[in-house]
Amino acid sequence: MSNNGPKTLFDKIWSDHLVGQRDDGTSLLYIDRHLVHEVTSPQAFEGLKLSNRKVRRPEATFATADHNVPTINRENISDEQSRIQVETLAKNTKEHNIEYFELTDRRQGIVHIIGPEQGITQPGMTMVCGDSHTSTHGAFGALAFGIGTSEVEHVLATQTIVQKPAKNMRIAVNGKLPFGVTSKDLILYIIGQIGTAGGNGHVIEYAGTSLKPLSMESRMTICNMSIEAGARAGLIAPDQITFDYIKGRPYAPSKDHWEKAIDYWSSLPSDQDAFYDNELIINSDEIDPMVTWGTSPEDVVAVSGFVPDPSSGKTENKQKSIQRSLDYMGLKSGTKITDIKLDKIFIGSCTNGRIEDLRNVASIVKDKKISSHISGMIVPGSGLVKKQAEEEGLSKIFIDAGFEWRDAGCSMCLGMNPDQLKPGERCASTSNRNFEGRQGRGGRTHLMSPELAAASAIKGNISDIRDFI
Amino acid sequence: MDKFNTLKGIAAPLPIVNIDTDMIIPKQFLKTIKRTGLGVSLFYEMRYDNDGKLIKDFVLNTSPYDQSKILVAGDNFGCGSSREHAPWSLKDFGIKCVLSTSFADIFYNNCFQNGILPIVVTPEQLDQLMTAASNQTEFHIDLPEQTIKAGNHSFNFEIEEFRKERLLQGLDDIGITLGYQDKISNYEDEKQNQKPWLFKDK
Ligand code: SF4
Repeated sequence: MSNNGPKTLFDKIWSDHLVGQRDDGTSLLYIDRHLVHEVTSPQAFEGLKLSNRKVRRPEATFATADHNVPTINRENISDEQSRIQVETLAKNTKEHNIEYFELTDRRQGIVHIIGPEQGITQPGMTMVCGDSHTSTHGAFGALAFGIGTSEVEHVLATQTIVQKPAKNMRIAVNGKLPFGVTSKDLILYIIGQIGTAGGNGHVIEYAGTSLKPLSMESRMTICNMSIEAGARAGLIAPDQITFDYIKGRPYAPSKDHWEKAIDYWSSLPSDQDAFYDNELIINSDEIDPMVTWGTSPEDVVAVSGFVPDPSSGKTENKQKSIQRSLDYMGLKSGTKITDIKLDKIFIGSCTNGRIEDLRNVASIVKDKKISSHISGMIVPGSGLVKKQAEEEGLSKIFIDAGFEWRDAGCSMCLGMNPDQLKPGERCASTSNRNFEGRQGRGGRTHLMSPELAAASAIKGNISDIRDFI
Repeated sequence: MDKFNTLKGIAAPLPIVNIDTDMIIPKQFLKTIKRTGLGVSLFYEMRYDNDGKLIKDFVLNTSPYDQSKILVAGDNFGCGSSREHAPWSLKDFGIKCVLSTSFADIFYNNCFQNGILPIVVTPEQLDQLMTAASNQTEFHIDLPEQTIKAGNHSFNFEIEEFRKERLLQGLDDIGITLGYQDKISNYEDEKQNQKPWLFKDK
């Protein structure tokens, strides 16, 4: 990274947060905001206690419980270990004066939903959380990445992190997104193109004319799944849509500072001729509504396509891995994707659990019933998303269509709470990972957009939204 | 943190690509509030059947691999979540070194926080090491020299100087960083002027 030449968005945020740097590039990076949840923090707080250390800046940290919490009857968490984790978080945050959005607080929800919702997430910031999908916040032009528990402890104690600069990758998507194609399809398509290790060591900046009109919700879906492409973080340059989203939120800059903040944020987009280690240009026409068929997010195919044949793998290892995925998924190669019959539908997660997602689902399932063999669950990303959906009458549409309407949390995205697939059950899911066992041991996950999941719920098979409307 | 210097022993071959953190340690074991005790649950779904019985032919369930300190794995090891439970469970099982052609960033970082050495090798080297591991050849990993030896194979590997130093000495990052408190305070003072909206607490 040069100091004087044109800089990328990443370079600018990086250099503005450098506290120190070694000769080999290892850097001490200042962290502006830190999000904490119940699963990856107990050992960090324990570590502080054991070495008699304090939290350096409690007000820069926000906590909530989301990963293991039940989404119904949550007054009493019956699973003892989950309850202990939640209680431990309450105790730790109290002891260290950290703001905690507890289960009874409307503001509780999935960390990556509530950061933006509260206005905590802002352009030009560095943000971390003990969760890989922290990349979500990159949609605001914040450098945001997941860290391990030892690093959580490090940030609590020092408000910094030890890192080496990432490489810059630019993915430009140009042209209007075709009918029926959403930002979820776009990111699934990208992951299919570059693979789950394609972004290793990089921060991906998404650019191009396709992104310009997208809402913050849609942009967050894209940055959210950067980690599935192996990238450390995703970034989208902040613009007027970003500023409008932030304005007036509880933790947004106050009136006195607003103009100054806008000036700073406006200086962040990458300079012309900035250097990228890697570039990929995609024409939006190439993209169809996408679905995963296998057990890795790179196993994507257009919804109008077919389950692939192992022989399509370029290497012997790849062929074996396709076969392994097909066996696990209980699929035959050559099957039409829309012939795949489903058992469950999960709509939610930090990828697609925001109000816009729920509105889109409602517009598809309104006055319809989900297929009789399907059980469907809709889990809002936060208490506030839930409240808004109820006020807009969306929840009534869902319940009338036959969906279960739950309280906010990660839920079946990872099935740490009771919301899980049974062995062999096949699920259309709006989440981000289709790993073996992710949604429950032996469970079979097909990732897709909320629109596709909604259409699939009605038909009972994986469905192409374009045939539906 | 434990120091890492040299390591000798047989290595367990795991020729699967994209081994993700859900495979290394499934979610039901993330409910712990401790760092220890996760070794028995390492690779749970590959290691145990639906009734919780050991699956006999899984490599880490067979002798002598059940004593392995080294793992040779397919491409892109440790992808997925940020859970440090993954290296905690490897370490608790006794694994101190993982060899693969690539690692997911967060997992790679997390290893160093726990005294585990992840080594990146080329695809050709991986093939040879996988075979050596299957033949129960003794591996010899030397961090100061940055070499891997297995039978008649001998390779050098790369590692960042700072990470190497920390592993060799078993240093704790937080302790090192706290030595720079003044620099951190200076940084905060300077930025508070430039970006006051980020420092309402100051
Ligand atoms: S919704 Fe899923 S991916 Fe997102 S933070 Fe929760 S568990 Fe992780």
